[in-house]
Parts: sequence; C-alpha cells; structure tokens
Amino acid sequence: MSDAPAQLKVLVLVKYVPDAQFDRHLTGESPRLDRSDSILSELDEYAVEAALQLIEAHGGAKAGHEVTVLTMGPAAASNAVKKSLQMGATRGVHLNDDALAGSDAAATSLALAEAIRHEGGFDLVFTGMSSTDGETSLVPSQLAERLGLPQVTLVSEVSLDGGDIVARRDGDTETQYVRAPLPALVSVTDQFEEPRYPNFKGIIGAKKKKTTPLSLAELGLGADQVGAAGSWTEVASSEARPARTAGTVITDQGDAGVKLADFLADRKLL
Amino acid sequence: MPNFELEEEYQDLVDTVRDFADEVIAPVSAKHDEEHSFPYEIVAQMGQMGLFGLPFPEEHGGMGGDYFALSLALEEIARVDQSCAITLEAGVSLGAMPVYRFGTDEQKAKWLPKLASGEALAGFGLTESEAGSDASGTRTTAKLENGEWVINGTKEFITNSGTDITQHVTVTAVTGTSEREDGSVKKEISTIIVPTDTEGFTAEPAYNKVGWNASDTHPLTLKNVRVPEENLLGVRGRGYANFLSILDEGRIAIAALATGAAQGCVDESVRYAKEREQFGRNIGSNQAIQFKIARMQTRAHTARLAYYKAASNMLAGKPFKTEAAIAKLVAGEAAMDNARDATQVFGGYGFMNEFLVSRHYRDSKILEVGEGTTEVQLMLIARELGL
Repeated sequence: MSDAPAQLKVLVLVKYVPDAQFDRHLTGESPRLDRSDSILSELDEYAVEAALQLIEAHGGAKAGHEVTVLTMGPAAASNAVKKSLQMGATRGVHLNDDALAGSDAAATSLALAEAIRHEGGFDLVFTGMSSTDGETSLVPSQLAERLGLPQVTLVSEVSLDGGDIVARRDGDTETQYVRAPLPALVSVTDQFEEPRYPNFKGIIGAKKKKTTPLSLAELGLGADQVGAAGSWTEVASSEARPARTAGTVITDQGDAGVKLADFLADRKLL
Repeated sequence: MPNFELEEEYQDLVDTVRDFADEVIAPVSAKHDEEHSFPYEIVAQMGQMGLFGLPFPEEHGGMGGDYFALSLALEEIARVDQSCAITLEAGVSLGAMPVYRFGTDEQKAKWLPKLASGEALAGFGLTESEAGSDASGTRTTAKLENGEWVINGTKEFITNSGTDITQHVTVTAVTGTSEREDGSVKKEISTIIVPTDTEGFTAEPAYNKVGWNASDTHPLTLKNVRVPEENLLGVRGRGYANFLSILDEGRIAIAALATGAAQGCVDESVRYAKEREQFGRNIGSNQAIQFKIARMQTRAHTARLAYYKAASNMLAGKPFKTEAAIAKLVAGEAAMDNARDATQVFGGYGFMNEFLVSRHYRDSKILEVGEGTTEVQLMLIARELGL
C-alpha cells in the first residue's frame, strides 16, 4: 500500500436537473425534459459532501487539497457548479457544447471521460448514485471503465487508508467495506451524511472561484461522437404519465378494517 | 430609480435559507410548538450555516455579511417558524450585537465568537415590571464594591435567557443617580454582562405564552450577583442610549421577520385555496377568497418594501429611525392581519393548533407588541413629523 497523496485532487461530477419537488414536463421536442427550472441534483450533493468531508479530514483546502466539480450541460448548468462552489468546492469545470444535447449514458460518459483526462491528475472521482432525471445509474461504471479506474459503487461512508480508499457499502443483507487503490471512482448514495447548506461566507467566496469552460473541440471529440449521433441507445417514444386518478375511499360501516386489508392484499402489499 | 432586485449573493442566501427552512425547520415546527420545547437541533444547524454570524466580520467568527442579509434570512425562516426566527433575531440583535457594538477588544474576543457561531446564546435584560417602553422606571441596581458589580433586581420577558447554551445576559441596571437642574433625580443606567453561571442569577420558570412557544423566554432574578468590574459593557451611564441605538436596527430585523410571517400566511392560503373543494370547486375560484388573498399579498409586499427601504438607509449610513419604525409598524400589522385572514381561508382547520396558519395567528400578536409596540412606532413617526 502506498502513501496518501500529499495533496489530494478530488473530482466530483455534478448534474443540473429539473427540481424533483415540482412536476416535471417534456419539452415540445419530446422526449426531452424541460430543464427551465433546474437545480444541482440532490443526489450529487451527497457526492460533493463526501468529497468535501474527505479533504477536510486531511486538513482541507488549507492543506492544499482540492475539490474540482465538473458538469456537462447548457449554460444554465453553471448553477450546479455555483452551488457546489458555495458548499466549499475549490474550482469548477463546465463542459458546454450544443452538440452534447441528447447524449445517452454512453455518449455522456465518453465526453466526461475526455474532460477528466483533459483536466488530469485526479486521485478520486466522486459521483452521485444516479441522476434524478434520467436515472440510468450507468455513467459512473462506464466512466470507471473508460478511465481504467477501480470503481466502488453505492457508498455510504468513505475514508483514506494510506494510498487506498476504504468505502462502506450497505446492502440489504450485509455491510461491506471495500478497499481500492487510488486513483479510483466512487459513487455515493443518499445514505451518506446530509449535504451541508452553503453559508454566507461560502456564497460570497464562490463568486471569486474559477470555473473553466470546456468545449468538445478542446477535448478532441467530434460532434458525431456525442449527442444523439454518438449515442448507443435512443428513446423510441415517450409520453407524459397520465394524471393520478382519484383514490379509493373506504367508508367505515363496521368492515373498514377488512376492506382495507383486502385492498392491500389485492396489491400484494400485505 | 432605485433598483429593488436583490444582488446575487443576497438572492443565493435567500434561496439557501428558504430550502433550509422548508426541509429542516418546517417538519419539526409543530412538535416544538406543541411541546413548548427549545429547538436545539435547529439552532445548531443555523449556527453551522453561519446565520448567527451573518452581520459580523470574519475576525470575530462572523460571515462578513450585514444586517440586511440577516433580515433576509429571518424573513425566510419566519415564513414557516416564527419561534426559530426570533431565536435567531434575538441571538444576533440582542445577544451578540451589544457586545460587538459596545464591547472592548477583550470583551469581543471573550464573548463574541461562540455567539457568532451559534454555539452559545445571550440575552438582553432590559424590561422590568415597571420598565418597558419607559426605561427610566428601571429598578435593578448595580453597585461597585471592591472591583465587582453587585447586582440586584428582576427582569421580565427575557428571550434566550434560560437555554442550556445561554452564555450570558446583558442587563441594564441603575449604577448611580444625579440631580437635574430642576431638582429631579436622573438615573444613570449602564449595561453589564452577567454570565448565566454566576451565583445569584436565576432564570425563573418559562412563561406560558400565547405564541412563540418554542422561543425561550424567562423572568430573571438577580440576587447579590457579583461580576467583575470589567463586565461593564460600553460607557457607564450610556446603557439605555446604547440600547436604543440597537433597538432601531432590531426593528428592521423584526419587520423582516413579520414580513416572513405575512408571506407564510399568503403561501399557505394560496396552496389551500387551490386544493380545498366546496360546492364542487376549489374555494380559490371564489372571488371572496381571491380578494382576501390578494389583499394579504399586498400587505406582505408592502411590508417587504418598507423593511428593504429602512435597511437600505441603514447600510448607506443614512438616518433610518423613522423608516425602521414604519417598517416595524406595517410589517407587524401585516402579519397579524394576514394570520387572521389565513385562518379564515382555512375555516375550521384554521382553528386547529397543528396548522401553520393557526400558529401564525398565535405567534403574530407579539409582533404588534415586541421591540416597541405599535403605539411606540406611531409616537416615533409623529415625532419625526414635528408633532
């Protein structure tokens, strides 16, 4: 086992997604989601928190450790970077190119892998467990494969032991502690500690932090390698889910308990 | 024309505190209200977010913001929980601010950092049974004996004075008298820092209040309390004057809190009016309800403009006493009026304690009384007009 890097360089992938608190809509050019009212993905906040806690456990930014956040998306996606910087990340990278629109998981992981190579030198890559919009959960594994990194997925606790990462994975029947040498890729679940809220110092401080713009050309990627053209899958069709119908009302005439139990049993909930 | 758009950092603060209020505070508000329990876990998180340090410079453990930032945070919190908002407001304005404004460097170094981080709270003990709006009725005395102040008296309605994390209460006390030209006696009132673990200091059992149930409020007894002479805060004899200057900015914060309460009533009413069906349609489709809510929104909006204006004057270093009084008056009344209308929109549910609007109804009354009654604001405004 090697020593821990003197100065940790951690990268976190963050995505700008429609706010899950509100109804989500498809745009006119279905099947794409309307992203006009979007936020930093709540699941990615856990990844940012994990990265920040990891460097803080080793002296934080003052000790020269760095957390870089990388997002891929249109101009407005810079808000996901901004929130991460407010939470405490060191710098941002924003990959923005019109040709990226419509990328599936494979095209996305290709572009992100090239962006990570371009920035270079990371000891750790953190991601959320899934996006809260596409919800494929494929990107972390594809990225690890493309970058040739050991991957530890669905992690709820993480620490460094020398030059290894030690991560806790909670399954249905057991809890594992998985060790992997750096550099490595780790995806973080929502069972990690609750992400912090930015404080005012962080909000002011974020304005002075740097976000580097990146284009496909800088990564040496062609428009045909990403977007719909570069995707391995396509959404064949999609339609808005029908509005929820009114529920069943059971009026108690002495047999409500039985009716309720039958209702649940019919749906295999009992 | 003035620009009423919030600058980016203020807007980001508003968004962050709003999320925190909705996600962390709102789910436990009804419980603390019902149990009359102090929300230690919320105070700790507000501390971690830096809310108690908003208007203080970083060298004192603060966030390097200003009083307007604090006001914006108070508005967002008070939408869902006035008790948490007043705990923050009093913690900053009455607990930490006197030390920051009037303390020596040594006093600031000793007392401020834990207040600015929210790890500790402090109270301000002014009100007595015969001294409220008229502080000259102060009966608490402090006599200097062998380098120590010996303090005797009682105080009423002191916020944040009896929590497990209360570090001190700054009390006003009569430290001497002088004779005016007309022969009447003038009391010399000073402010002195009294740590809560000092022998003879007692926070008596908490009040059973109409509202603000999760805010910590006690009567205090000071019996032969002895503190070092250096605990005198500010210049001897300037205690009441100091308090008045702090009260003016406190009124902006209270106006912001009241604006939040008024807005919370609007938001809840809009939501409920869209969802509650009677006679086969949402009650919000009735113009009687629409007009009621439209009026509520108008009050909240007006209150916000009033406190923005007062804060704008204050930050620009201009006089703001009258503007603060107007803001406090308008916003306090907006909160009470909106709470009354919101409970009406909610019908029978508005009379049930667990609903937010009924909590606002109980909580908002004090906004027409605390930090200067409505009548005191009117006095101040009339005085400014030369009446």
